[in-house]
Amino acid sequence: MNKNESINAPVPGTIFLQPSPDQDSFVNNGDFVKKGDVIALIEIMKSYYEIKSEQEGIFEGFLVNNGDIVHAGQQIAAIKIVESAAKGE
Amino acid sequence: MQGNKLPPLRLLKALRKGNKMTYFKKIVIANRGEIARRIIKTCQKLNISTVAVYSDADKDALFVKEADEAIYLGGSLAKDSYLDIGKIINAAKQTKADAIHPGYGLLAENANFSRICEEEGIVFIGPSAKIIELMGDKIEARKQMENAKVPIVPGWNGKLDSIEQALVKAEEIGYPIMLKASAGGGGIGMKMARTRDELANVFHAAQQQAQSFFGNGDMFLEKWIDNPRHIEVQIVCDQHGNALHLHERECSVQRNHQKVIEECPSPSLTNELREKLYESAIRGVRQIHYQNVGTMEFIVDEDDHFYFLEMNTRLQVEHPVTEEVTGVDIVELQIKIAAGEELDITQNHIKAKGHAIEFRLCAEDPFTFFPSPGVITKLSLPENLVRFDFAVAEGSEVSPFYDSMIGKVISYGENRQDALAIMQTAIEGIQLEGIKTNLPLVSKIAEDEQFQQGFYTTNLVSKLLNNEYLNH
Repeated sequence: MNKNESINAPVPGTIFLQPSPDQDSFVNNGDFVKKGDVIALIEIMKSYYEIKSEQEGIFEGFLVNNGDIVHAGQQIAAIKIVESAAKGE
Repeated sequence: MQGNKLPPLRLLKALRKGNKMTYFKKIVIANRGEIARRIIKTCQKLNISTVAVYSDADKDALFVKEADEAIYLGGSLAKDSYLDIGKIINAAKQTKADAIHPGYGLLAENANFSRICEEEGIVFIGPSAKIIELMGDKIEARKQMENAKVPIVPGWNGKLDSIEQALVKAEEIGYPIMLKASAGGGGIGMKMARTRDELANVFHAAQQQAQSFFGNGDMFLEKWIDNPRHIEVQIVCDQHGNALHLHERECSVQRNHQKVIEECPSPSLTNELREKLYESAIRGVRQIHYQNVGTMEFIVDEDDHFYFLEMNTRLQVEHPVTEEVTGVDIVELQIKIAAGEELDITQNHIKAKGHAIEFRLCAEDPFTFFPSPGVITKLSLPENLVRFDFAVAEGSEVSPFYDSMIGKVISYGENRQDALAIMQTAIEGIQLEGIKTNLPLVSKIAEDEQFQQGFYTTNLVSKLLNNEYLNH
């Protein structure tokens, strides 16, 4: 059974979807994401806060753009939790 | 400093030189928060009208209300407002302002901004683009100071081309070593390496960070100084070749390379060392023909050797401790110097009297330093005890977009013991609710034995925090 989980911004600030302007995004749609993987950064008062996935699953995409202002608790991305057949046995 | 009246002699001199009355009519303050309010105060004293510029997040801020005029710049992100040079220049043109005060941070050390102001015929209250560029390039600054015979941290002034070269040079200097970005500052792009392997490991990452933060990946090496004290000298230079100092500030209470408490005078310097620091600072600024106020930062090692670290070509956050002890309004000096005035004070007029201690109140967790934006639901400050340079009042919202510092508390006493006791009373009297602040950390520092004795190094805060963990 598949379940969609949301990833929310834990703090307000400016969101960055790539480690630095000249690097690729942390994650792309369809990527397999492990628990603890960094998916974005939020800049808050000149500090950077890493947003990590709390789930394992297929990354379904961001709901915000690079550089957007986000609020605490705002959903920023979705992840599809795949409960494999093997696991269910 | 007494208002804006010129003594008759000065007036005559000015007339003889054919100077116009040199004060500005209107100044744009290209900054926000407490420093914008601080600049407004001096402008009011000098009968200069003020223009605040602001972002979405700051539309209800105190500095916007207190300025005579306010121009909206744009979105909350600094790049859409406070860092947008074009918009700030337009604000100055639109309001027919004569000058722009950049405060500290944001565009204060942006050579391009200074240059554009000059091209547009608006006075930039600070040094020329050329000087900002020179001192902003840490390798170039080291070379200039070396020429002026100002001691610099032992190291290598060249731009490192490769890991291999870094390893060879590091071997010559000796480990531990600091790898630093030439365009850096504030601890960004700075890495300490204890061994050859560590240096090899951090080199690329540090270079990349410098490239992405500053657009310049030039790196150099400095010897690591153990248990350093961070002491800086406030200098003042006019456009007529006069240079003087306003004594020193002790800035060794730091967390993550950010100052937390500063004092004037330093409690740890001998008079002999103090004089040497002043002489070196003056020699350094004369070497580069510096103009306006600035700060020469030094580190002092365990054996009282001192080394030039960097120069800040702007007003410093911690300038109030100097003002309290010398009685000089540093913002007023900045404005007068930018207007071409000759200094009407000499070194002999500058007397350090008493002792001042400042702490920075920050919206952050006191022990993890994690930022804590939000609404200040309650703020009550003890009256007539200390100087408060605050950005906020009760009901203000601390937005997540800018620095976490929301105010400064400056205590003054006839001696250090008094100043410290007053500071501690002020800490107890501050009631602030709604956000976390570093007040518990500041309180802990104030109670620390080493701090009380006045001989501490930049390791003080981490030492206190380690004890904190052990006690839990």
